[in-house]
Amino acid sequence: MELAPERAARKPEALASGVPQRLGDRVFSGVAKGAGIGILVVLAGVAIFLLIEAWPAITAPAERIPGGEGLVDYIAPLAFGTVLAAVLAAIIAVPFAVAIALFVSHYAPRRIAAGLGYVIDLLAAVPSVVYGLWGVSVLAPASRDINAWLADHVGFLPFFEGPASVTGRTMLVAGLVLAVMILPIITAIAREVFAQTPRAHEEAALALGATRWEMVRMAVLPFGRSAVISGSMLGLGRALGETMAVTIILSVSGIVTFNLISSSNPSTIAANIALDFPESSGIAINALIASGLVLFAITLAVNMAARAVINRREKKEGR
Amino acid sequence: MSQPSADVRDANATDAPLQAPLGDAATSAPAEAPANVAKSIEARDLDIYYGGFHAVAGVSMTIRPNKVTALIGSSGCGKSTFLRSLNRMHELVKGAYVDGKVELDGRDIYAAGTDPVAVRRQIGMVFQQPNPFPTMSIYDNVAAGLRLNRRKIKKPELDEVVERALRGAHLWTEVKDRLDKPGSGLSGGQQQRLCIARATAVEPDVLLMDEPCSALDPIATVAIESLIAELKERFTIVIVTHNMQQAARASDYTAFFNIERSGDPGRLVEIDETQTIFSTPASPATEAYISGRFG
Repeated sequence: MELAPERAARKPEALASGVPQRLGDRVFSGVAKGAGIGILVVLAGVAIFLLIEAWPAITAPAERIPGGEGLVDYIAPLAFGTVLAAVLAAIIAVPFAVAIALFVSHYAPRRIAAGLGYVIDLLAAVPSVVYGLWGVSVLAPASRDINAWLADHVGFLPFFEGPASVTGRTMLVAGLVLAVMILPIITAIAREVFAQTPRAHEEAALALGATRWEMVRMAVLPFGRSAVISGSMLGLGRALGETMAVTIILSVSGIVTFNLISSSNPSTIAANIALDFPESSGIAINALIASGLVLFAITLAVNMAARAVINRREKKEGR
Repeated sequence: MSQPSADVRDANATDAPLQAPLGDAATSAPAEAPANVAKSIEARDLDIYYGGFHAVAGVSMTIRPNKVTALIGSSGCGKSTFLRSLNRMHELVKGAYVDGKVELDGRDIYAAGTDPVAVRRQIGMVFQQPNPFPTMSIYDNVAAGLRLNRRKIKKPELDEVVERALRGAHLWTEVKDRLDKPGSGLSGGQQQRLCIARATAVEPDVLLMDEPCSALDPIATVAIESLIAELKERFTIVIVTHNMQQAARASDYTAFFNIERSGDPGRLVEIDETQTIFSTPASPATEAYISGRFG
């Protein structure tokens, strides 16, 4: 007889009294605890390293920072470019990922679904430098006509203001390539959770006379919503830190603009570090590391926001 | 008779509000007692398969309108499978299909071109585990079926239907102050009554119940049983139960299913008035089962 699935919330002490501590339990709990503490130590170490190395740049006078306008003016356009590229990628990738995940979990015949899932996972195995080369040598040239069309027809939107880039090495292409790169992780997470939708909820919808799409909307999507959010945030995190693809594709000029199709684009923090680090010395290196600290903070904030969103939903649903 | 699928949809589109309870059956025969004449189901030589597995063989039975018909029998005898074939839920399992006819007031729900979605609008279902949608409020759970297929219903009218369905399920007084709270916060028995309200809110003709009390405690079970006795005024009810006292208490007709050997398809042994089945069944197998000698 299964009654309502309430997890027994018994305190371990109530059972532990008088029970001998078993060796296997002790070893396992020690290993688990060690791993948990270890990851915190590593994270703290990275944060401390970034802080110490960035400190000279934070305290340095404005004119000594590259650009001569101070640290904030140095990092702000980079942070803007980073967030713009990552958000663009997420906006493109999330709908595709959800659609693919639904197709694999609820629409495709089983044989096709398994194959497709495998192929999508394979996308994650391609090195990012390969994506970068593909972007700059295939996607960028191919995007030129599209850029020109966008500038002509929807140029009134700030995103497509133009003038259209002649090389195609634009923010739009960088965002597209990043979208392809983060697609697998979002798809994989969404697919797993969609497939776990309780059969009872799906049948409840169908028995009410829901079509397949209505069933997906009533039962599958609400069940998978927090997974889609956390998957998107993981993807966003990856896009924020992605280096090589952006470094190769984007033609940068350090300006702040929402224009996605012009030849002058803001760079991203990670790409900027990769480009400038070899030629930097002294305070310039500290400035680069300070930008890395900002990236660290942005990524941390994104992940914490995702956690908060998920927790709030779970509380609301009384899970 | 014109195309069955179109008819099914039309009937469904027009039968929304309850204040005018005059289905065509009621207008043509006003002398007949109940205000809402539900529909009958007639299964003819129904064979049900899961891929190569023959699960149920040769079932023919009449399920009478505005009566409670209980399906009893040991585990694996095909009674749940048969129940699910009555609103085409059974075919959701890959490779499952039926051979034979199931007629809802003379209209074959398996006829070519019949939309299973339209069939399920007319033949609702309540499941073993209470399964309210966890992300929806109590109100939205009840309204869920009414909002399907982009049917536009104005808020006051929807409020009315939701209240009527909840009252009909004996749940209104318990939840009227927290309609916007999630349905998953209710107790098991309340959740099951919420599911009954959700299924009845769309005014189906038939209500199928697949062991609706087996996950509930005895008090909640009594509540559901008294509810069933009331619901048959408006719906035709088919209930699968493992509990023979429940079949004896709550049903008008009882059908006994059995399998000869494991691996054989389940068959209908007999169907008769519940009193007869429990006092003088025609088949010795039925007698053996109800007297507890097996199963």
